[in-house]
Amino acid sequence: MEDFQIIDNCLMVKLPVEVDHHRASYICERADKYLLEENVEHVVFDFEDTRFMDSSGIGIIMGRYKKIACFGGKVYAIHADRQIQRILTISGLTKIVEVLA
Amino acid sequence: MKNEMELTFDAISNNESFARMAVAAFVSTLNPTLEELADIKTAVSEAVTNAIIHGYENICGYGKYGEVRPCFWPVNQGKVQLNCLLCEGVLHIEVKDEGKGIEDIAQAMEPLYTTKPQLNRSGMGFAFMEAFMDELEVESAPGKGTTVRMKKKIGTGAWIGSEE
Repeated sequence: MEDFQIIDNCLMVKLPVEVDHHRASYICERADKYLLEENVEHVVFDFEDTRFMDSSGIGIIMGRYKKIACFGGKVYAIHADRQIQRILTISGLTKIVEVLA
Repeated sequence: MKNEMELTFDAISNNESFARMAVAAFVSTLNPTLEELADIKTAVSEAVTNAIIHGYENICGYGKYGEVRPCFWPVNQGKVQLNCLLCEGVLHIEVKDEGKGIEDIAQAMEPLYTTKPQLNRSGMGFAFMEAFMDELEVESAPGKGTTVRMKKKIGTGAWIGSEE
């Protein structure tokens, strides 16, 4: 299950085991609620539990980036395994997302 | 060796994980590497998701209690057909829908092109299928549905795109 937490000015989004279109719509909906109601500057996506992601995951990250980038916010990806890092690289997302170990 | 399977399921997002798991299980007799399995699962997921949200325009799925989630748009009736063939160490996948079809296939296959940006779609579906499989073929006409055919040789152990 996805999990949301606000730490300082960051929204931490813990992604579920499998990120596909079915789960993505829930995650976007809830993340946007936090972005709207809380004082969030940066978004951190935590891939610790994630074993599968397709282009829907890219859509989640791109959408959130567009919402916060105009206010100087940054998007981070943490705990991404090899496969997730590969997907981030192929999609070109590593240009806008900082991937931290 | 030749081995074939056919699956038909309702075009709802709940079935996306079922479809990719089924193909992963089917191909497991060829002893694929974890990377190959991950590639196949991603490609199948992209093709099936496309059929569901673009072919039949089913944006919502069903929630835990059978309710339509996350929005209240109608769930359209339709089936996605998934055929797989294992032959000479090559996996052939065919994902077929009878949905609304694609007008301009070349444009649809362009990376980042999407007709549904408001739904947080990235437009990377076909790009991923191309990157993760060896061959990709798309057949479609407006109103006639779409068929996506993909091929991948199993057991080559190649790690394409690895830059570590």
